Amino acid sequence: MLQIENITKSYHNGIIGWKKKHQVLHGVSFACEAGESLGIIGESGSGKSTLVRMILGIERPDQGQIFLHGKSVEYRSTRRGQISAVFQDYTSSINPFFTVERAIMESVHLRTNIDSNSIYVLDSLLEQVGLNASFKKRYPHELSGGEAQRVCIARAIACRPQYLILDEAISSLDVSIQVQVLQLLKELKNIYNMGYVFITHDIQAAAYICDRIIIFRQGQIEEIINTDQLSQVQSDYGRTLLATSIVL
Amino acid sequence: MNIWSNLRHDRIGMLSLVTVIAVIVIGICAPIIAPHDPLTVNMSLRYNGSTWSYWLGNDQLGRCILSRLIYGIRPSILLVLWILLISIGIGTALGFIAGYFKSKVDAWIMRICDIMLSFPGYVMTLAIVGILGVGLENIVIAFILTKWAWFARVIRTSVMQYTELDYIRFAKASGISNWHIIRRHVVPVTFADLTVIASSSIGSMILQISGFSFLGLGIQAPHAEWGMMLNEAREVMFTRPEMMLAPGIAIIIMVSAFNFLADALQVALDPRLHQSASTYTSSKKWQVRI
Repeated sequence: MLQIENITKSYHNGIIGWKKKHQVLHGVSFACEAGESLGIIGESGSGKSTLVRMILGIERPDQGQIFLHGKSVEYRSTRRGQISAVFQDYTSSINPFFTVERAIMESVHLRTNIDSNSIYVLDSLLEQVGLNASFKKRYPHELSGGEAQRVCIARAIACRPQYLILDEAISSLDVSIQVQVLQLLKELKNIYNMGYVFITHDIQAAAYICDRIIIFRQGQIEEIINTDQLSQVQSDYGRTLLATSIVL
Repeated sequence: MNIWSNLRHDRIGMLSLVTVIAVIVIGICAPIIAPHDPLTVNMSLRYNGSTWSYWLGNDQLGRCILSRLIYGIRPSILLVLWILLISIGIGTALGFIAGYFKSKVDAWIMRICDIMLSFPGYVMTLAIVGILGVGLENIVIAFILTKWAWFARVIRTSVMQYTELDYIRFAKASGISNWHIIRRHVVPVTFADLTVIASSSIGSMILQISGFSFLGLGIQAPHAEWGMMLNEAREVMFTRPEMMLAPGIAIIIMVSAFNFLADALQVALDPRLHQSASTYTSSKKWQVRI
């Protein structure tokens, strides 16, 4: 289980003596069960990405802890092969000097219970994300946005993680590609039974893929609701978000 | 990615590489290759022009200019490469530590760099040479002390820019070790920046070493060095301008070769640049066929 316990984070701006404290997260706590798909929605600047960086162990919280199966994610060994991520900007998500093969195989090597040299691993991963073997030797700049994001998904699932963090993973794609990627994510979830933490500002996308949704505002959790009860959202902000998505 | 096969297709790059290697080999094998002793004075041959025995003629003391040019490779090129290697090594290591790990380590390293960079390079070198005394070793120490901070700052900025990218974040999130991330993900992308600053520095360092020798602070007479050869030819600049040509052209060739080689390496290393260069070449061929 992925447990986020009372996370607080603030940044300091300015110079010595005139430092201004800007609190981004205020005591955030929630848990994501194994195999659960949890959506976090909120407007830009609400602290979603900061939360993601902490779940991924890239940043440390000022207070609180994040645990994966009872171990802190701050330790590399806890995250290795257990947590993976897909980011919004596919143009900077793959090393420009790496071919698709090299990028995915790096992640495959994080697995311990598999013959990592097997060429079939790569081929089957590419096939699972709707790409063929001809993509292996391509560089990131030779891929379209949808293809690059599929490669990022293949790379993310290559280490067979228990949790996949999707940080605005579909936001920068065309609408038609967004639907394809969402379908792909749903299929992969059924195959591997991974837990998803799906960060987005698109409530419809979250409703499509998630079991539960956290409505996030100004660094705080406004409400946690099951997707099938989305129409019964209690908070004003949640209702506004829902109304906006219906209008759109 | 095969850097060598990419580099092989760049004619200017290959020519520059051959030039650099050839000059280095000639410099190392100077005692075998040089036709005469560069220090032997023969006043009867003073200011002699080109002959079969002395291809580039003789200087004001009748010494063989070609031999002096060949021996001059050692301080002018090999020494510069040595200084560059050490200062880039220090600068890169500190720049990587500061740019990758950030926080307090970065602040400390950068404040030290700020102190070093707050003095103009030439003034700082002059001050160090003034304190330590005139001589080759002191010039080397002065150059390393003044150059590393600049390399550290440039590398740190470059590393910082790349560590914010999502593929580095992915690697960190996946639990890949920092050493592996630096080696596999950061070094290759920053290598392009490194080659640019290294090649531009080689040029300026050759000129600076030459400049200090020209001022009488670097290599001391009677040893041969390209800058000092220029200095010696200064006195007969208008009556025997060809004496300036040999070391002058040698400096120009080496600086250009290093610059072209750095450009070619940058293209060979970066698949995006390599592909656009290949596309450009093939489109040119296509135009020619039409």
